Amino acid sequence: MATYSTNEFKGGLKIMLDGDPCSIIENEFVKPGKGQAFNRVKIRNLKTGRVLEKTFKSGESVESADVHETDLQYLYNDGEFWHFMDPDSFEQVSADAAAVGETVKWLKEQDLCTVTLWNGTPLIVEPPKFVVLNITDTDPGLKGDTSGSGGKPATLETGAVVRVPLFVQIGEAIKVDTRTGEYVSRAKEE
Amino acid sequence: MSEPIDWRPSASLEMLRARADLLARIRDFFRHAGVLEVETPACSRFGVTDPAIESLTTRYTGPGAAQGGLRYLHTSPEFPMKRLLAAGSGPIYQLCRVFRNGELGSRHNPEFSLLEWYRPGFDHHQLMHEVACLIQSLADRDLPIERLSYAEAFERQLGIEPHTATAPQLQACAIEHQIAGAENLLLEDRDGWLDLLLSHLIEPHLGVDGMTFLYDYPSTQAALSRVRPGNPSVAERFELYLSGVEIANGFHELVDAAEQRRRFLDDNRRREAMGLATVPPDEHLLAALEAGMPDSAGVAVGVDRLLMILTGSRHIRQTLAFDAERA
Repeated sequence: MATYSTNEFKGGLKIMLDGDPCSIIENEFVKPGKGQAFNRVKIRNLKTGRVLEKTFKSGESVESADVHETDLQYLYNDGEFWHFMDPDSFEQVSADAAAVGETVKWLKEQDLCTVTLWNGTPLIVEPPKFVVLNITDTDPGLKGDTSGSGGKPATLETGAVVRVPLFVQIGEAIKVDTRTGEYVSRAKEE
Repeated sequence: MSEPIDWRPSASLEMLRARADLLARIRDFFRHAGVLEVETPACSRFGVTDPAIESLTTRYTGPGAAQGGLRYLHTSPEFPMKRLLAAGSGPIYQLCRVFRNGELGSRHNPEFSLLEWYRPGFDHHQLMHEVACLIQSLADRDLPIERLSYAEAFERQLGIEPHTATAPQLQACAIEHQIAGAENLLLEDRDGWLDLLLSHLIEPHLGVDGMTFLYDYPSTQAALSRVRPGNPSVAERFELYLSGVEIANGFHELVDAAEQRRRFLDDNRRREAMGLATVPPDEHLLAALEAGMPDSAGVAVGVDRLLMILTGSRHIRQTLAFDAERA
C-alpha cells in the first residue's frame, strides 16, 4: 500500500482519511522553536465534498488514495446509474447520483466530462465548461426586442433552467457556461 | 513539459530595502548599548543535541582532515558565543544565517537570520526588558507589553495547569477544544501535547496588539536555561510573541558544566529512543563552562519573522531575497 509522509504533503495530494478519499487543499507546517513539529492540513473529502481540518505529527505517514481525473464520454442514464465510456479504450464505468450530483442538469449524451475516479469508480463528475443544449420551453417573449435586456427563463432539454435573452425561442440550441449557469450565445448551426 | 525556472527574487526590492534598514537599526541599537558585535563559526565538529532540532551537515576534507570529517552547520551561534563570554568578552551580539533541517513553511525556511545576544549579569526578566526596548525602537507604533507566565497562559486560555496535567488530560483538552485529529495523535510525552496546545490554541492569541512575553517554562522544556527549584520547579526561559507569531526565545543561561553534560547525554538518549542520529556534545562549550562562564541571560530573535510582522507579510519567503525553493 502506497503511503505519503507529511514531507510530501502539498495542495492536490490525494490521501485516505477515515476510510474516505480526500484531497489536500492547504498544508501548514507548525513548529515551536524548541518543540514538536506538526502539519496542520485543510482537506476536502472527495465523497462528501466537505472541507475539514486535521493535525498530523510531522514525519507521520498516511495512506495514499488511488484517485485520478480522466475525460470520459457520457453515454446514457438507465434510471439509476449514469454510464460513461473512455473514448480510447471503450471501457465503461457507471456513476451513481452522489457522484453526478448537480452535474446532472448539464449532462448531454456524447459530451466529454471530467470524471474523478477512485479505485476505478467515479467519485465526481464535472461537466464540460461549455455545453450546447436545446430549449424545450420558454415564454415566446417580446417580438422585435433584440436588445437582450431583461431576459426570461428557459428550460433546456436536460431540465436545467437558465436566463436567456428575450429573442431566443423554443427549439433553438444555446451555449451555456456550466461554471456560472449563464447563457453565453445562440449555438451556431453545424 | 517542464515549468520555466523562476530566477527572480521572492522578496520585493522594497522589502530588501526594509531588511537592510532593519539590520542597520539593530546594529545602531547595540552600538549605543555598548554591546560588541561578534562572528563565530557557522560550521563545526559539534552539533546541537536537542531532539527537536536537526542540523544540516556537510563534510570538510583537506589539511587537518585528510579522510574528510563530518561538520554541523550551526542552528544558532549559542555555543561559541558562550565560549566568548567565558573568555571575558562582556556583552556580545551576532547577526547571522543559521540552518535547520526539515523546517519549511509560511514561517519557516531551512536557512534564516538570527539576532542573538548575551548580557552578563542579567536574568531573564532583565533581558525581556531589553528585548522590549529593541523591538519598540524598530516598530512604527507603540506596542504595549504583556508578561504572562507559561502557567497563566494555559490557565487563562484553556483552564488547565500545564506543570501538573498528565498526558491523557492534555490530550482530552486538545480533543475538547477541537484540534482535529487529536484523538489519533501519537506524541512522545507531555511536552508534545503541551506543544500541540500552545501552537494551536494559545499562540494565536499572544501579542495580538503588542508584545507578549511568555516566561517560566516547564522544567522539561528547559533546553539550555537554568531550572529554578520550587513547586513546581520552572525553567527560566522566555519567548516573545508578536501577532501570534513566536519571534524570540531567551534563557537565564545554564552555566553549570556538570548539569549541561547531563542534559547533552539525556538529549542523546531521547534521540536514540526516537530513532534519530546522536550528535557529539560540544566539548569546547563544556570545557568553557568548567573554566567558568559569568551568570548571563541570552536571547535569539528571528529576524525574518520580525521583518514579516513589521511589514505585515503573510509568508516568510516575502522577506527573503531567495527562499528555499529558489535557493
